[in-house]
Amino acid sequence: MLRSRRLPEYNVRIDTDTCTVCKACVIQCTFDVFSYMKIENKISIDESKCVDCHRCMIYCPDKSISITPTPIQYRPNASWNKESIHNIMKQAESGGILLTSMGCDKPNYNYFDRLLINASQVTNPSIDPIREPMEVKTYLGRKPDKLTISDNNGDSIIETSESPQLLLETPIMFSAMSLGSVNINVQESLAMAAASSGTYQNIGEGGLHPRLKKYAKNLIVQVASGRYGVHKKYLDTGAAVEIKIGQGAKPGIGGHLPGEKITKEISEARRIPAGTDAISPAPQHDIYSIEDLSQLIHAIKEATEYSKPVIVKIAAVHNSAAIASGIARSGADIIAIDGMRASTGAAPLVMRDNVGIPIEMAIASVDTRLNQEGIRDKISIIAGGGIRSSSDAFKIIALGADACYISTVALIAMGCTVCQKCHTGKCPWGLTTMNPSISIRINPKMESKRVANLVRAWTLEIKDMLGGMGINSIESLRGNRHQLRGVGLSEQEMEILGVRPAGI
Amino acid sequence: MMIITHNGHIIAIRYIYVFQFFNSSEIKLSESARQLVNKPLKSVQRQNNPYKDEKVIDSCSIFGMMDQNKKLFAGNDIIEASASMNQRANGLGSGYAVYGLYPKYWNNYAFHIMYDDKEALDWGSKFIESNFDIIFDEEIPMDIHGIHKHVPIMRRYFTNIDLDNLDEIKEDEYLVNKCLEMNTSGKGAYVFSSGKNMGVFKGVGWPQEIAKIFRLDEYKGYLWLSHSRFPTNSRAWWGGAHPFAHLESTVVHNGEISSYGTNRRFLEMKGYRCTFQTDTEIFALALDYLQRKHQLPVEIIAKIFAPPLWKDIEKMSESERNLLRRLRITYDKLLMNGPFSIIFANHGLMVGLADRLKLRPIIAARRKDMLLLSSEEAAIIKILPDIDDVHHPKGGEPVIARCHEGFAS
Amino acid sequence: MNTKSSISKFVVDAKNLATRELNEKIREAIRDGHKQIDIQNVSGQRYIAAGIQELIDIEIFGVPGNDLGVFMDGSKVVVHGNAQDATGNTMNSGEIIIHGDVGDITGMSARGGKIFIQKNAGYRTGVHLKEYQGLRPIIVIGGTAQDFLGEYMAGGVIIMLGLNLKGGIHNADYVGTGMHGGSIILSGDVRGIGREVEVQQLDQEDNRLVEHSVQEYSKHFGCKVDEILGSKFKKLKPVSTRPYGNLYSY
Repeated sequence: MLRSRRLPEYNVRIDTDTCTVCKACVIQCTFDVFSYMKIENKISIDESKCVDCHRCMIYCPDKSISITPTPIQYRPNASWNKESIHNIMKQAESGGILLTSMGCDKPNYNYFDRLLINASQVTNPSIDPIREPMEVKTYLGRKPDKLTISDNNGDSIIETSESPQLLLETPIMFSAMSLGSVNINVQESLAMAAASSGTYQNIGEGGLHPRLKKYAKNLIVQVASGRYGVHKKYLDTGAAVEIKIGQGAKPGIGGHLPGEKITKEISEARRIPAGTDAISPAPQHDIYSIEDLSQLIHAIKEATEYSKPVIVKIAAVHNSAAIASGIARSGADIIAIDGMRASTGAAPLVMRDNVGIPIEMAIASVDTRLNQEGIRDKISIIAGGGIRSSSDAFKIIALGADACYISTVALIAMGCTVCQKCHTGKCPWGLTTMNPSISIRINPKMESKRVANLVRAWTLEIKDMLGGMGINSIESLRGNRHQLRGVGLSEQEMEILGVRPAGI
Repeated sequence: MMIITHNGHIIAIRYIYVFQFFNSSEIKLSESARQLVNKPLKSVQRQNNPYKDEKVIDSCSIFGMMDQNKKLFAGNDIIEASASMNQRANGLGSGYAVYGLYPKYWNNYAFHIMYDDKEALDWGSKFIESNFDIIFDEEIPMDIHGIHKHVPIMRRYFTNIDLDNLDEIKEDEYLVNKCLEMNTSGKGAYVFSSGKNMGVFKGVGWPQEIAKIFRLDEYKGYLWLSHSRFPTNSRAWWGGAHPFAHLESTVVHNGEISSYGTNRRFLEMKGYRCTFQTDTEIFALALDYLQRKHQLPVEIIAKIFAPPLWKDIEKMSESERNLLRRLRITYDKLLMNGPFSIIFANHGLMVGLADRLKLRPIIAARRKDMLLLSSEEAAIIKILPDIDDVHHPKGGEPVIARCHEGFAS
Repeated sequence: MNTKSSISKFVVDAKNLATRELNEKIREAIRDGHKQIDIQNVSGQRYIAAGIQELIDIEIFGVPGNDLGVFMDGSKVVVHGNAQDATGNTMNSGEIIIHGDVGDITGMSARGGKIFIQKNAGYRTGVHLKEYQGLRPIIVIGGTAQDFLGEYMAGGVIIMLGLNLKGGIHNADYVGTGMHGGSIILSGDVRGIGREVEVQQLDQEDNRLVEHSVQEYSKHFGCKVDEILGSKFKKLKPVSTRPYGNLYSY
């Protein structure tokens, strides 16, 4: 590769007055910014390698390290900022596709921040969620059009059969992160948190690690285009099966886990030899059309004897509403929609930042379309991709979702600082690396507590917001757009979101 | 025991459900009704909601009384009871529903229609004439002596539906569609009841004032509901008063439901048109959906509007748990969340229900064959000081009053 | 366990049976202990033998629908007739023998088991076959196949015999495109191959596998083994197990 002409992005400094040369930074940094010079007994710094992850700062016992964005800037230019100049330099050097990770980091695609939540004053009372009942239990699955109830000597008998349902104690679920995108310690932390929070962890397309088997009740297994580790026992393990059509961070393209990441552990779960690329094709080759999706859904249902719900996950794209309508009629029980701000372990930058639509718009238009067609009952909706807080979760449910998927949030709970370097496999926090000497930094017992704490805190906040508007059960929030108002939105945006402007 | 209260356990309901509704399966909206649903709202919405609020908010008192032997009685008592709760209202709307008041025309659809002006009257009368077979029609007798406000033209029509091959289900549908057509026509005509041997009288004013205008002391019925209103929207409209009628069902309602957006979205998906943007209309339509279209008994409907908490469901026996869990999952969007108490009625049936946290009041009482439901006990005592029994129902626990069997309506 | 029923053959008439009804009957027969199941008058019913983990012999008379043997693990399915699309989809182990042609994407993502096709296969046969440790899927095609044969192959073997091939050339383009494991062994030429594969000579092990497979093919369908083995075979192998190593910047 050609020599890089880029300037370092961060200044890394060690305060030599306080530094005891303990070498913690040398050990902690996985990007080799620090090295120990024996003769001088000091730490040398190569700041061009720094990714601003803060691992060294947190783990420096003397708090001697500081990281700041480099003051050197290119000449100010509205069209040519540092990022665009650096991207061009990188591609000129390598001739390759720019890779990145995590979710879109560009402004302007966010609608959550332009939606405000209502509260009760006078005409109906707000409810105190700490002392009065407040219900967030959620069932996901297909509902019948009606219940036929007959009377048998005073006992009411339901004659309508029930489709399989997923029971959530809180409407927050962990979105798909495969073994390979994250390591088993991360997956186990999430599984433990899901079990203790009464929710579900989606294990993504990457097979089932034996350590996860004991959490089977709280796992959703995924069938994606690569079909890695997919077999009858795998399907039987999960509480639900998710067919992944697309991913919000990179709609329309497949993925590939480079051979160097296929360690022995991953090769066992994915059932492929170590060291070979694991390619997930762009489409599922048995799904070239909506009727083929129906075929795969029913193949899975036949194989699991109709015992568990089938989820179909799609990326939020321009015509999501029509696609969702088709999916609702294809026999799926749940549709998961992944917005354009969704995270990924690795994606071409150009896809991540340009393809798809925001989750708020997608959920609003899908819910509206399914209502217009009278089929909203036939399918539950999970929204993911861009949910950062309990209020985001709350707003997306008011826009029409039944539950939401989070993943970046869970990673941040476990240490992630969103440095966007997952694709390098060097995650200093031990999350997205397969290197066992780094992944050991995640202790599932401890990290699961942080994730479970986060879910608990969000659930409390959701209850607070529900109580504020005088609602004591989450089902009365679903699609209740009357409880939202828009600020700084165009008339058309408000029409799509189905909300009125603040003030009326 | 004629007032039957439940301890929250549906399985414990002992009597046999009487399906007095029709053996209909899912009713599909006709094409013309579908088109109506998609048409922009016209005058009804404008009149009921002049400030274009997202929905109309009001508060109220409610009262209901029924003679189980279907013995007819005059409205004096309920007028007095309703007037006694004037503190709960602001004089911007009152109304009554009366069952059994038209024995002479007991088998005819009795349209009560209000008109903005003469032009609307002409249009409306023609509309009724061309769609129904009018047996008799007249101006609704009114006493507006000393009333210094605009009173709409009120007319009633006793009609048959005279179409070949119409069974009862289609007759219902036909009636609903024609009323919707009229109410959304933008011509200034509004049908406020259309059932057989029942009628609604309502308008802008205090309960005693409305009773006087409609000369209600001259009518007798075996079941009366009344309502007195406190709208937060001061430009009240005569059609916006309660009760709301849908076919032969009527609803009076106190409170505001925060789940309105969810409930409305669901009902609109099922083909209903929410013309008035009030919670009360939501109740009337949800009742129609569950009672008439899904044939669910009122005991079950109460558990849909105000379901037990999940923690209580978990403690029930397996069959009860399964029933209530399935009800909550299937009809989750008809949970009425927030403060409400309602009384709804139909021929031979009167039901009182408060929300599951009991945020709005409802009291039940009995004296011999007379069953009463009220927002306040004092209103009952005022008219019947020697009641036999008073009951304070729990939130979500319906009070169901039925007429003795064998008394045909 | 009913010993009597376990020996007897269970016969289902699939005429007028919906997919779900037929498959429920099959599962019921397996639960009752039957080891051999004949299905008559099959016409388009899908997912036959889906996810079956027991070792059962199933014979199908007629044309089964898509996803025959999807997720199957161990059974043997013989089809007396043609099969449609996605036969043996994501199969784990077992055997599917088709007396006739098959549609598209036969053996998609299979990670074990054998599929014998007497005549011709459609598009994308063997797409994304995998192999791991003891499991290696093998697809034997008696006649020819269409484009994208062995696309994305990560393991396993496709053997294409080219019987009755016109002009000695398979009308298939993009053979082995995206291939990064396994091998395609064929008699005759193809119209085009993917840029990730190269043509190689068969080694000793390949020859043994071909010999063995042809014998099996002959056992199922009857053919002149020596004549077939006498024809010239070649092998397509991926150039690299890492075809896309230099596609990305950093």
